[in-house]
Amino acid sequence: MSRQLDRIGLVFVALLALAAILVPVLALATPEGSAFNIPPYLVQLFGKYLCYAILALALDLVWGYCGILSLGHGAFFALGGYAMGMYLMRQIGARGVYANPILPDFMVFLNWKALPVAWWGFNWFPYAMLLVVLAPGLLALAFGWFAFRSRVTGVYLSIITQAMTFALFKEFFRNDFGFGGNNGLTDFKDVLGFSLQSSSTKVALFSASAIALIAAYFVSRAIIGSKYGKALVAIRDAESRMRFLGYRVENYKLFAFVVSAVMAGIGGALYVPQVGIINPSEFAPANSIEAAIWVAVGGRGTLVGAAIGAIAVNFAKTWFTGVLPEFWLYGLGALFVLVTLFLPRGLLGLLLRPAREKAPTPETPALAIEEGADP
Amino acid sequence: MPVMPHVTRLLAALRLSTLAIVVVTLFAAVASGPARADALDDALALFLTDKFPDTQKAIGQLVAEAPPQAAAILDALGDNRLLIDPANRVVAYRTAAGAVVDAKTGAPVASADAFKKVRVNNALRAAIDGARGSLTLANPDPEKRLAAAADVFKSRDAKALPALKAQLAKESDPRVADALKLAVAAIVAGSDSTTPAERTAAIEALKARGDPDAANLIDAIGQKATEPEVKAAAESALTNVRTRLMFWGAAQSLWYGLSASSVLLLAAIGLAITFGVMGVINMAHGEMVMLGAYATYVVQSVLPPSLQGWSLAFAIPLAFIVAAVVGVAIERLIIRYLYSRPLETLLATWGVSLILQQTVRTLFGANNRQVSNPPFMSGALHVGGLEITMNRMWIIVLAILVFIGLQLVLRATRFGLQMRAVTQNRRMAAAMGISTARIDMFAFALGSGVAGIAGVALSQIDNVSPNLGQGYIIDSFMVVVFGGVGNLWGTALGALMIGVAGKILEPLIGAVQGQIVLLIVIILFIQKRPRGMFALKGRAVEA
Repeated sequence: MSRQLDRIGLVFVALLALAAILVPVLALATPEGSAFNIPPYLVQLFGKYLCYAILALALDLVWGYCGILSLGHGAFFALGGYAMGMYLMRQIGARGVYANPILPDFMVFLNWKALPVAWWGFNWFPYAMLLVVLAPGLLALAFGWFAFRSRVTGVYLSIITQAMTFALFKEFFRNDFGFGGNNGLTDFKDVLGFSLQSSSTKVALFSASAIALIAAYFVSRAIIGSKYGKALVAIRDAESRMRFLGYRVENYKLFAFVVSAVMAGIGGALYVPQVGIINPSEFAPANSIEAAIWVAVGGRGTLVGAAIGAIAVNFAKTWFTGVLPEFWLYGLGALFVLVTLFLPRGLLGLLLRPAREKAPTPETPALAIEEGADP
Repeated sequence: MPVMPHVTRLLAALRLSTLAIVVVTLFAAVASGPARADALDDALALFLTDKFPDTQKAIGQLVAEAPPQAAAILDALGDNRLLIDPANRVVAYRTAAGAVVDAKTGAPVASADAFKKVRVNNALRAAIDGARGSLTLANPDPEKRLAAAADVFKSRDAKALPALKAQLAKESDPRVADALKLAVAAIVAGSDSTTPAERTAAIEALKARGDPDAANLIDAIGQKATEPEVKAAAESALTNVRTRLMFWGAAQSLWYGLSASSVLLLAAIGLAITFGVMGVINMAHGEMVMLGAYATYVVQSVLPPSLQGWSLAFAIPLAFIVAAVVGVAIERLIIRYLYSRPLETLLATWGVSLILQQTVRTLFGANNRQVSNPPFMSGALHVGGLEITMNRMWIIVLAILVFIGLQLVLRATRFGLQMRAVTQNRRMAAAMGISTARIDMFAFALGSGVAGIAGVALSQIDNVSPNLGQGYIIDSFMVVVFGGVGNLWGTALGALMIGVAGKILEPLIGAVQGQIVLLIVIILFIQKRPRGMFALKGRAVEA
């Protein structure tokens, strides 16, 4: 990681920290209508972008530094979201439409008598948070253990991560699966006793997302900067060579994959209380691919670029779908094409000095030779 | 369950009483001699008294004599449109148009003032319905008789039994006779007052029919019968029918599986070519399929009606060309700059797929477009217990033809040879003087064009909408990854296995669960054989 990139990262973190402090002050302490007041909906909107930024950062860790284009990160994000949603669902208690103190509304509606085992303990916040980490983490561990051990790489890996996402997408749509089926989980009332409707909670969630993003950045930064991170980048550029040198490539990949999945899950957990709903469409394979383009737009292998890309693309999406709804898909499609063709190093690549020998480019000659026979 | 016997018995008793009435009237009519010229007059005279028993007799006579006016009179009676003028002894009815016409002559009556309606009660209505059925059973047209017998089989209307038997005695058409026997059997199954001989005959007739309805009826007869020989016959017939049903059920599942496989094969085979030759994933492949489907729609909307029957003959080449041209454009403008970066090709082609979807949505609207089946592709074929829908059958034929065609291109042409060479070892092929760039372009045109043909097939069985391709893309990937690249047999076998397994799992655990199980199985399979079933051997695999 170049020094210049580090400097950009620090500026970004500083800005985030500033936002985490200033936004609550501006949103709560200034009178409504004043020039400095930030309306709650905007706080919520940018809180959502920050959650996407966490997802993008997580994806960049595996894609940018390890060459694994995971199309399953949308699923990890959604799993974390579901774990949070289940906690929020249990918090509704007897305030639901059917006023059942134990069973969420959809279970009463389906005429279920008892809480399924999978839902046990979700009224307890620490347990729910544990599952936010464990659900995506364990899935990534199991999936990655199989996939990396049998040396599934490149597009094959992308395709089977997409198949995993698709299977979860289908499964969560089923009512019998026990997570709200088609409608998902919604109608949340409060988190840790604070109403989700109040602006102070919204602002707190925004700050929490900003802090989580900062934490995710520092964790990723630490991983990349370590000796382990150097090996990871080496695996990205010349996997066979690393294997011949005696590195257990699959373990390196697995660790990065699991950490990244956990980060994505945390992003999802912060996302759900801010948007107020989680449903199976979050598992849609298209979401995972979109996350990849956020990373590509910002710049792969830059961490901070991925976060900036997520915020920029989603801001554009909000703006476009408001002004020219029918053109958004053209815009998004063109973004995919143009960024991959003309901006392989992303927006940050434009800013950074073209330090060729230090810039992370996967198209090194070594790779071309190794993969030449099987492009 | 314990309520059921009482209810059926009560129903049977009810049917029996109406049956008795019809039989009595029929006998009365038959006893009065063969058809006479004044039979209609006699029947009409009975209406004039407007007493229920007389009306009942009149219905019986109409059925027995079956004069040409009988159907219209019975319809009028059933709809409360039959009118009488007892003073002048005239029977008339009001036509659907509102005119009052004489029941015998059909001539309009001078004044409708003196008429009053013939009263009917529920027992009479039942008799009228039975009589109408009997009249159709005696229709001179064998097709009508067949339909009437099938109706009785479905309704199990005991009132029709005498008419059925009467018709059976004089029936000359063997098909109609079989249908009549079945109808009799169905009624016998629901009745308590039949002889052992009748029951055995009914069991035989039902056994010959051999569908789930027949199995249930045989079961019903067996349950009711007290005689051991009838019970035994019912049991053996039931086992026989159930075995046959199981066989046909399995055959039907297999057929559905084949049909699903053919769709998968059509959608995936083009992808297998591009992925095999270039190692890039074309996420816009589904949109090539979608373009083919829209090409069919366009062809059908511009062709004159006289050529509509040939629409697919125009659609297939057009779809091939449109998809191939778009494919080449994608290859020339985007993919060829990304060959060393397969992951980014995936993203770029995904972008192309979004643009293509939105373009089609802008041009044709977001709603489904109506694409019709040409005459030779509609309808169904029945082979034993198997129902073969024509459109599905032709899609299987098309899939096989496309597969053979592609094999020929790959095996028998110079281009195919070069393509296989590039698939096996790009660098070596280039060293031998093959223009790999040219091969890439043609391979992409071929793969995309085949996807367009798949779109023509899918337009016949699926909704033609901008999202059409999205529904098939992941399944197509699974087929290609499962089958392995570089060998079309792998794709064919992959499609066959996934399609048939899906349809076998479907009745066991449901369609969605079946699909999920298959996805998991494929994911696990890839762990074992990362390059699919038919992996290329040699240096190409060592990445």
